[in-house]
Amino acid sequence: MTVFRIEVTAKDQTGDPGIVAAAHRLGVDTLQSCRKSRLYFLTHHKPAALGAEQIERLCAALLVDPVVETALISSQSENGPSEVDSRFDTAAGDQVIEVALRPGVTDVSARVLEQGASELGIPGLQAATATQFRLTGVLSESELRRLARGLLCNETIESYSLGPIEPPFGRSSEARNYVEKIPLVGLDEAALMLLSNERTLSLDVREMKEIQSYYEEIGRAPTDVELETLAQTWSEHCVHKTFKAEVEFTSYGPHGRPNPTEKIQGLLNTYIQAATEKVKRPWVRSAFIDDAGIIEFDDKYDLAFKVETHNHPSALEPFGGANTGIGGVVRDIIAVSARPIACTDVLCFGPQNFPQEAVPAGVLHPARVEDGVVAGIGDYGNKLGLPTVNGTVIYDSGYLGNPLVFCGAVGLLPKGSHPTAPQKGDRVVVLGGRTGRDGIHGATFSSAELTQDTHMESGSAVQIGDPITEKGLIELVEHARDARLYNAITDCGAGGLSSAVGEMGEELGADIELMEVALKYPGLTPWEIWLSEAQERMVLAVPPANLERLGALANLWDVEMRDLGRFSGDGWLRVRYNDRPVAELPMKFLHEGLPLPRREAHYHEGGPGWKSQPAENELGRTSLNERTVLLQMLSHPSVASKERIVRTYDHEVRGGTLVRPFVGPYMDGPSDAAVLKPLGTWDNERAFALSVGINPLLGKRDSYSMAVSAVDEAFRNAVAVGADPDRIALLDNFCWGNPTIPDRLGALVRTCQGCYDAAVAYNAPFISGKDSLYNEFEGHPIPGTLLISAIGIVPDMRHTCTSDFKDSGNLIYLLGETRGEIGGSLLSQLLGWEGGEAPAMPDDPLARYRALHAAMRSGLIQSCHDLSEGGLAVALAEMCLGGRLGAKVDLLAICGNDLFHPYVQLFCETNGRHLVEVTPADRGRFEESMASSPCALLGEVLPSEQVLFTKGPERLFKLTLDEIATSWKGDAKDEASN
Amino acid sequence: MAGGSPSIVHINQLRAGAFRFSEFGMLVLPGGFSYGDALGAGVRLALDLQVFFHEELAEFVESGRPVLGICNGFQTLVKAGLLPGYGREHGGSAKRRPSSGNRDVTLTTNTRGHFECRWVHLAVEPETKADCLAQIEDLVFCPVAHGEGNFQVNGDESLRQLEKRNLVAFRYVDARGERAGGRYPINPNGSVADIAGICNPAGNVIGLMPHPEDHIESIQNPLSKSGRLGLSVFRAIISRASL
Repeated sequence: MTVFRIEVTAKDQTGDPGIVAAAHRLGVDTLQSCRKSRLYFLTHHKPAALGAEQIERLCAALLVDPVVETALISSQSENGPSEVDSRFDTAAGDQVIEVALRPGVTDVSARVLEQGASELGIPGLQAATATQFRLTGVLSESELRRLARGLLCNETIESYSLGPIEPPFGRSSEARNYVEKIPLVGLDEAALMLLSNERTLSLDVREMKEIQSYYEEIGRAPTDVELETLAQTWSEHCVHKTFKAEVEFTSYGPHGRPNPTEKIQGLLNTYIQAATEKVKRPWVRSAFIDDAGIIEFDDKYDLAFKVETHNHPSALEPFGGANTGIGGVVRDIIAVSARPIACTDVLCFGPQNFPQEAVPAGVLHPARVEDGVVAGIGDYGNKLGLPTVNGTVIYDSGYLGNPLVFCGAVGLLPKGSHPTAPQKGDRVVVLGGRTGRDGIHGATFSSAELTQDTHMESGSAVQIGDPITEKGLIELVEHARDARLYNAITDCGAGGLSSAVGEMGEELGADIELMEVALKYPGLTPWEIWLSEAQERMVLAVPPANLERLGALANLWDVEMRDLGRFSGDGWLRVRYNDRPVAELPMKFLHEGLPLPRREAHYHEGGPGWKSQPAENELGRTSLNERTVLLQMLSHPSVASKERIVRTYDHEVRGGTLVRPFVGPYMDGPSDAAVLKPLGTWDNERAFALSVGINPLLGKRDSYSMAVSAVDEAFRNAVAVGADPDRIALLDNFCWGNPTIPDRLGALVRTCQGCYDAAVAYNAPFISGKDSLYNEFEGHPIPGTLLISAIGIVPDMRHTCTSDFKDSGNLIYLLGETRGEIGGSLLSQLLGWEGGEAPAMPDDPLARYRALHAAMRSGLIQSCHDLSEGGLAVALAEMCLGGRLGAKVDLLAICGNDLFHPYVQLFCETNGRHLVEVTPADRGRFEESMASSPCALLGEVLPSEQVLFTKGPERLFKLTLDEIATSWKGDAKDEASN
Repeated sequence: MAGGSPSIVHINQLRAGAFRFSEFGMLVLPGGFSYGDALGAGVRLALDLQVFFHEELAEFVESGRPVLGICNGFQTLVKAGLLPGYGREHGGSAKRRPSSGNRDVTLTTNTRGHFECRWVHLAVEPETKADCLAQIEDLVFCPVAHGEGNFQVNGDESLRQLEKRNLVAFRYVDARGERAGGRYPINPNGSVADIAGICNPAGNVIGLMPHPEDHIESIQNPLSKSGRLGLSVFRAIISRASL
């Protein structure tokens, strides 16, 4: 068979300076330039169907841009010598690395090319793609391999070759109708655990014994399909056993004295759901039942919100991991019959300047992780036509081996339009992408710790997304919903069909024929088909009478639809392959058979080395002055502008983004939260806000305080842009280490307790949440990380607020009292202090936020910014930069006069505080409206470039806007437009 | 708001004959990522247009009815050879299949190498053949959101031709209306001669990278100002629509 190889290269020979710079960071200094080419491999099973004429046509219509690219075409037949090889010798001095996706990994370009060829009258074309890197410079083979592995190729999903790569056509194999029976009789605990580990079941010994005794009772051995189904359904990822487990919790006081041990009947019940039930807000439509939380938006519509994590996949394959993370959370929104309308993302990475040589084996460098994750999020969200509007990025060496990728999505659905009850006789319909050997064991894999070998072992757990297929799903489901064609819907996420069908058929039971599943390629065994986590698939319960209409819609939107079987009504899960039974399990055992674990948890208050206040001498010893500290804070990666990342996401599409990620006349000041107006609701004034609260630094100091502070931060961010504090709902996402280790779980318990107390104090329900546990690399856990995401109703889209100062002469007020809490603050981290109180919950937080909101609705607030990392000083600097205006503030005016040191007043991170700007004309009305809340006039906005801090008559220090911009914006300082 | 009543039609509905181009007075190819931009932005959709709708579309264009391509729609029109669409001017038959293989202009990867979203100012080119745009009195302020919006030409002569024939429709300018002169980010993608949009010689096929549809009400303006609405682009072009 002849294979044509087409090499498409830019006419402009400049090459990619980014790759050269990254190679130098890798220690390959001799690389001078790198040019990238796209490679296409084309072949046809009928040799006559593909010749020079067809290749030329394909190049002209699809492969080569004649204005900026050139193509080099060669062919290689199976017997003849390759024409390709010789060319490499002639390119003197250049070295070549070629990279291709491994067989089985989604290659969207190849598929689009095959379809396009068919339209051009060349049906049956087989295509594959690859990338060539042409490198100039003196490079040894070992350096080339270092470049390939460290930069150009991710061996989890790709392979590389020094020189021409083998055309990466997937090798098709025969269908494998192979079902294994796995005898459990007589296996002792060690043998059961060996089996669990060998098959990546991630089941513990109690769970294995429960399965063993079930099969002993019915007198047969489980099939691989059954055992895998049980492992998925019982996995931490699917059933959240830690959050349901009975926990024996012992806390120890500051002096190591244990408090009485508490028995907690499930963290989820006791704290998270309990808070929702306690606050009982009438506008909550669905909490913790569906794939996403749902609240009321207006008279006609509800809003759905969900945040997921995709940490383990992103550690191994950052682009694909984050890509499918967005894809997955968007499907959670589709799965509540909502139209996705926006995305959020919160990322935690290792330090970007981490020394390459210190990166542990099996871990990708944090800069590579960040590049891939950011590109993956942008690729999926942008291509779906969804604005990515809110999020944050945190850098800490604790995330080196385990980056965190939180992906959120919001959807809009007409009230009462989400059906949730499958009926007996309904068809089990799969819509969307085809099933392949991708993502197998994702659920059990994410319930295990990573080791340096995980890369090589779990390649199949990582996937590349196909956003355009998902876009078709969005449109199709919206139309099917409006035509009321289905009785239930869910997404195919972790556990694939096994968990989607297993959950939807929990009451009724289901009969499935796996031969009906559309496959990407043959060769999958029944359990692989059943477990595959291939992306972009939804499962629907469809009355037989509606199948035809659904099929017509699926055709219109180019979405594949398959009918796998029916919801039987007998309570059994029966799976067949070519009519032969491969699994028969009662739903009751599948869903209720899991023995809930018991876990032990310990917590040491204050942590080791805890001191209630920084000693006088610590403050005195500091050689850095306040000005230097502030500049360092502004350039700290977690505080500094994230514009280089955020601008690669579309935040405007759908035309409803009213408060954007960047604000002010130069559109580069930081925003506290996003405000969105959903398309289709412009007949009223209502909008909504999205915000986040996250502070893992604080969690290292005090888990309870982290939870309270995260809730407060999400809350005050939402209020700062105009959300009504009485209409805010919360989402919780816990990313933690191994919960079977008591100190990890103890910190998690304290965090949950903080969540409960805060939710009750703020009268705000949790509506959805997710946990990602076992985030450990070679025994090192990540810092326990709680993300609180808030969604709040903005009653009037014409009364929103941004953080940039608007006009000189306006007054600057600090709302909220300053308590001098520096425990777990950025200041403590920068100065290496260990002591200090961690921030507590503010007194009566709702009252102050209500007062601020009322003032905002009355038009009294010109700008508003919350105080978080870096406290007052950072917030003020950001407001000045955003508005390109100066300011003068007096620290003596701050509420809370027990504070002795300017550091504390400038940088402490006490909760419940905002800086606001008010015109002199509004002063009286504003002060009156804040009469019963802590509020202090600190100073005024100045027309100059100066930001001046004083303490009474004493001038402390000043900064210029230029200095702020240099620190906060870094290299991008001079890019502001207009 | 602009005076039209739009229908959203899927290309599969056109292929199935459920709708025909001739039923409409104006055609808009909107933004998005047709076919995921695999093989290059707009390339695959451009093939669809050429294979399935070549004649219908040629008739539509010939009739003088306006065609507007925004972002991916612009990329598609360029890659299908409908913009700048010299072919049919040279006495060649309008029905002749435009060959994308010898295009003179293209939209390629941004100079910065990645997708970027930011607000930009656009000025209508004073002498543009798309004369309906003349009624836009002020600048237009709206966002770009693309990775392949870098307008490039096949040599200086191609650029001269475009400018001489007045086929440039929009250029990137600063807030005062001064040409960007290639300065980033006023010109956000490195486009040659700050070109943000072009038209065909008859002036009825217009394409631009930025998104005027994202600024149809002042409340969408990130600078909290009024005026410079993208709506003006739709108002202007719709004035040429006819059945």
